[in-house]
Amino acid sequence: MNLETLDTAIRPALFEYLLRLGDDALILGHRLSEWCGHGPYLEEDIALANLALDCLGHAEALLTLAGQVEGEGRTADDLAFLRDAYEFRNAQMVELPRGDFAFTIVRQFLFATYACLLYEALQQSVFEPLAGIAAKALKEMRYHLRHSREWIRCLGDGTEESHRRTQNALDELWMYTGELFEVDDTLQTLTQAHIAPDMTALYSAWNAQVMTTLQEATLTVPENPPYMATGGRRGHHTEHLGYLLAEMQFLQRAYPGAKW
Amino acid sequence: MENGLRLWEVFVQSRTGKPHEHVGSVRASHAEMALQHARDVYARRGPVVSIWVVPTEAIYATQPGDEGPFFDPADTKPYRHPLFYKVPHGVKNI
Repeated sequence: MNLETLDTAIRPALFEYLLRLGDDALILGHRLSEWCGHGPYLEEDIALANLALDCLGHAEALLTLAGQVEGEGRTADDLAFLRDAYEFRNAQMVELPRGDFAFTIVRQFLFATYACLLYEALQQSVFEPLAGIAAKALKEMRYHLRHSREWIRCLGDGTEESHRRTQNALDELWMYTGELFEVDDTLQTLTQAHIAPDMTALYSAWNAQVMTTLQEATLTVPENPPYMATGGRRGHHTEHLGYLLAEMQFLQRAYPGAKW
Repeated sequence: MENGLRLWEVFVQSRTGKPHEHVGSVRASHAEMALQHARDVYARRGPVVSIWVVPTEAIYATQPGDEGPFFDPADTKPYRHPLFYKVPHGVKNI
C-alpha cells in the first residue's frame, strides 16, 4: 500500500499517527540540540549534536509523509513551524526540559529502546512509505540506544553523585513512559489495517530490555508510580512545550517564509 | 587523565584490505565510549568499515634522538624496497 492506493477512510487516522511519530522525533531532537556547546566535554557534545540531527532527520521524513497523507499541501516545515502547542501530538516525555546530563541520558535510553522496537515492527507495515522510513531510522536509533545504554551503565554504577542523579532522573521520567504505549481508536484502526504494530507486545519487549539494563546499572524503577502522565497524543501538553515552540518557531513566526 | 578521561588514539580503515590509518585522538572514560566518540568524530562523514581505539599511553615510540641509528642505515639499501616485483594485474590495495 502506498500514497496512491491508500484508502481514503484511513487517511485521518494515519495523518494523526504520523504526527505522533514525527513530533516525538522533532521535539526530542530539539531538546538534544540544546546541548550543543554545553556538553560535559567536547566529544560528548558532538555525540549529542549528532543524536539531535538524527532525530530531526526522522522528523523531516515523517512530517513530510504526514503532509502528503493529509493532502492539504502542508510541508514538513509548515507542520513543524506553523502549528501551536495544542496541535502537537508528541508524548510529554520528549518535551520535558533537558535537565542535567543524567536526565537527558535516561530519557534518551527509555525513548531509544521504545523507538528501536517500534521502527523494527514498522518495517513490516503494509504502508510502504512508512516501512521505508522505519528501516532507515532504525539504524540510527540502534546507535542512540547503544550510546545511551553505555552511559546508563556508567552513570548508574558510577560514583555516588552520578548514581543519585541518574536514579532521580529515572524516578522523574518513569511516569511519562506509559504514554508511549497508549492505545486509542486511532491506533486501533491502524493496527487492524496492519499499518501500525500491536503495542502490547511492544511494551513487554520494552519492559524486559529496560529492566535488564537498569539492573546492570544498579538502578530501580519506582514501584508504584502515583500517576501515569497522558494527553500528549490529544494535544494536551506540559507548560514546557509552549516555551520550546516559542524558541523553535520564532524565526518563521516573526519572518514568515524566511529562507537562507 | 583529566576529569577521569583518558586519551585514546583513533585508527580507521576506509575499505576492507586497506590498513587502519591514524586519524587523531579522542578523550573518553573507557574503551567502548572511546569507540563511540571516534565514530562520531571521525567516521560520520567518510566511508569507514572498521575503527580501532588504542590508549595513548600504550604506544611506545621512538624519540627524536633515535633518528640516526634507527632510520639512516636504510638509505643506501635499495634492495630492501620491493621495487623489483611486478604487481599482478587486478590486485588492489597493496
